This record gives sequence, C-alpha cells and structure tokens, in this order.
Amino acid sequence: MSTDTQWRVFEVFHQQSRGEPHIHVGSVHATDGESALLMAKEQFGRRQACVNMWVVPADAITETAYEDADIFEHGTDKSYREAFGYETTKRARAIGDTRDI
Amino acid sequence: MMMQPTRCTNDKPGDPGYEEHLAAFEARVGRGDKVEPGDWMPCEYRQQLIRLIHVHANSEICGALPEGGWIPHAPTFKRKLALCAKVQDEVGHGQLLYRAAETLGKSREEMIEELINGKAKYSNVFHYHAKTWADVCVIAWLIDAAAIVNQTMMADGSYGPYGRALKRICYEEAFHLTHGYDMCISLATGSKVQREMLQDAVNRWWEPIMMFHGPSDKESKHTEQLMKWRIKLMTNDEQRQTFLKKYLPKMLNLGLTVPDPNLHFDEATKEWRYTEPNWKRFLEVVRGNGPASALRLATRRMAHEEGAWVRRALAAAQAGDKVPMPTAA
Ligand SMILES: [Fe+2]
Ligand SMILES: [Fe+2]
Repeated sequence: MSTDTQWRVFEVFHQQSRGEPHIHVGSVHATDGESALLMAKEQFGRRQACVNMWVVPADAITETAYEDADIFEHGTDKSYREAFGYETTKRARAIGDTRDI
Repeated sequence: MMMQPTRCTNDKPGDPGYEEHLAAFEARVGRGDKVEPGDWMPCEYRQQLIRLIHVHANSEICGALPEGGWIPHAPTFKRKLALCAKVQDEVGHGQLLYRAAETLGKSREEMIEELINGKAKYSNVFHYHAKTWADVCVIAWLIDAAAIVNQTMMADGSYGPYGRALKRICYEEAFHLTHGYDMCISLATGSKVQREMLQDAVNRWWEPIMMFHGPSDKESKHTEQLMKWRIKLMTNDEQRQTFLKKYLPKMLNLGLTVPDPNLHFDEATKEWRYTEPNWKRFLEVVRGNGPASALRLATRRMAHEEGAWVRRALAAAQAGDKVPMPTAA
C-alpha cells in the first residue's frame, strides 16, 4: 500500500471580509502549510467571499474533552457579570440623571 | 491534539459497562444531541458510519467520472463552465467526506486504496455509461435530486462531522439541481431530436434511479438500527417516496413518460406505487458488475497513478529534497 495520499491534517479558517473574525470551515490534508493553503483555497474558497485564510496543523491544537463540558457550566447566578444584572437606570432616574447611562 | 479518533473501550456487547454506556449514548442521541469524535460510541455505530460515509465519499469521486468525460463535448461555453464547476464540487465532496470518515478511525489512504482495488462500494448509478448529452442532463437533475433527498436527511443525523460536511455539500448541490433542471428544460422544450434524446435517457436511467435509495425496507438489513441511532432519519422507501412526490410531477410536466406500466399515484395512501426494482440486479451492479464498473475503476486508477508525481513533488518539497520531474509512464 502506498502512503503518499495520507499527509497531515490542517484545520482551515476563513475571513469573509476585513474586520470580521476568522471562522473554522473544515480541514484539508497537505504536506505543509503552503500546500494546505492551496488545497484550502480550492476546497473552501470556490464561491463565498474570502479575504484571508488560515491553515493550522490539527496536531497543534489543544482542546477540552467533551466529557469535561461541565467545566463551562455555571453553578451560580452570573448575572452580576452582565449589564442586565443591574437596575441602575431606575436608580439613576431617581437621582435626576435622565440621560443614557 | 484535535479531532483525533479515539478508539473507545468497552464498546461491544458483553464488554464490562457496555449496557450503561449504551443507555447513556442512546438517551443522548434520542434527545437529538450530536456525537463528536472523542465521545464514547458503540463499536457498531462507528463501523456503520465508516461504511456509509466511505461509500458516500466514493460515490462523489466516481460520480465525477461520467460527467467529467462530457466536459469537452458540452454544447455551449456556459454549459461547459457549469459542468466543470459541478465536477470540481463533486470531487470536493469526496474529500470532505473522506475527512469526516477519518475522524472515526479509518485513514483516508485506506479508503482511497479500497476504492481503487475494487474492495469498496460506490453508488449503483455510477456503474452505468453516460451515453449522450441528455444522460448528463438527467444525471445532474434527477440523480442529484435523489442525492439531495438523502443528504438533507442525513445532514440532521447524529454524527457531528458528517452533518457538518453534508450541510456544506447540500449548499453546493442546490446549484447542481437547478442547473440540471435548467438543462432538462432546454432539451424538453427544444427540437424533436432533443426531446427524443431526453426521453431516451430517462428510459435508460429510470431503473437505476429507482434503485438509488437502496433496497426496499423489507430487504434492508441495517435500517432499524441506523434509525434508532439517528444515523438515518428516513427509511429507503420513505426517501424514494419523497423523491417521487417532488420530481415525478415535474417530469410529467416536461412531457416525459416513465418506463413503468405500474407507476400510479395511490389516492388512498397518498403514495406512488411502482414496480419493485430488481434488487438482485442492484446487488450485482454495486458489487462491480455493472455496465461501466470496469471503466470507472480503470479511470480512477489511471488518475491516481498519473497524479503520483505531484504527490511525490509535494513530499519532496516538504522534506527539502530536490523536486523530481514527472516521469513518463
Ligand atoms: Fe455531491
Ligand atoms: Fe451533485
């Protein structure tokens, strides 16, 4: 069996216009970053707008485990971290501040 | 490491803890939750998905062959551009799907090799010759339509990477379908010769198209398990009905007839009735004994061999070696 079609996996991110974040679109197999970009352009840049593309070797990515997804769960009320967690507009009106806060 | 297939343990009936794992897995899948590569999954779920996605990927690659052969003979420049784009899309679909299957633990290399060696299957419809330009039109309209019925259903299935690939694929299929219908309208509203050409293509492709969604539910051995695990959300017969309900009226509207004397709409059940395809013949065809099976594999093998120098050059460039020139075969 030949081993010349396996190659490394690169994850592909594209940016649709300047100012937008790069978004993950999929992955390609390639020998290096340069050829990965070539493959990625063919695979993910055929139609949609794109101004910039990143390719990242998949083995360079560190990820959390799905079974540990509870680390992102909130055990307590986190509304104190949010603007909506405060009734400050009402309080500001009470002290005569009628402008936006 | 990301998206690396982790072989999970205790994933077979009889293994310690299998039943508890399975119950949790089935509860999650039943809720409509998606399964991702690192998750525990039954060995059987993994194997069934590898089998399905591998066949699907092969079908995209082999599906590009009958259409690719027609690119030089497209009747207009616009049709030629569209056909080039479609063929490139189909090959791209194959790549996306090999990658999705790879997250389950089978290497892309292995899958490519198994197709070339004739060990792996691909869709029945690509084992037939595309004899005329009308065949290209019928493939692009009706076979892509049948594929879309299957792929939009599978896109909502339980395995995350397969679903993501299919959503991207379905987006591109919308162009294939529209352009395919456009080409068929051209022929159906054209000269007598064009209309006859289209009808002739429909006559030859009808049986393979009716076989496309696979054996009837009575004969399909995997369906129940696949539906329970939400790999498939519709049975083969349900997919066939969905296809017929949507596209048969459009075909009749084009003035086409269908070579099946038993075909009629059953008002009581609101379903189309048809002559059951010959499933023995279907199995023969997908085993590699169709009219164009040998040609398809020979073409695929030739493309693989003729592209070897590109792969060698890329590998050499990465290793910092002198890039070899293509050698005459
Ligand atoms: Fe496709
Ligand atoms: Fe297609």
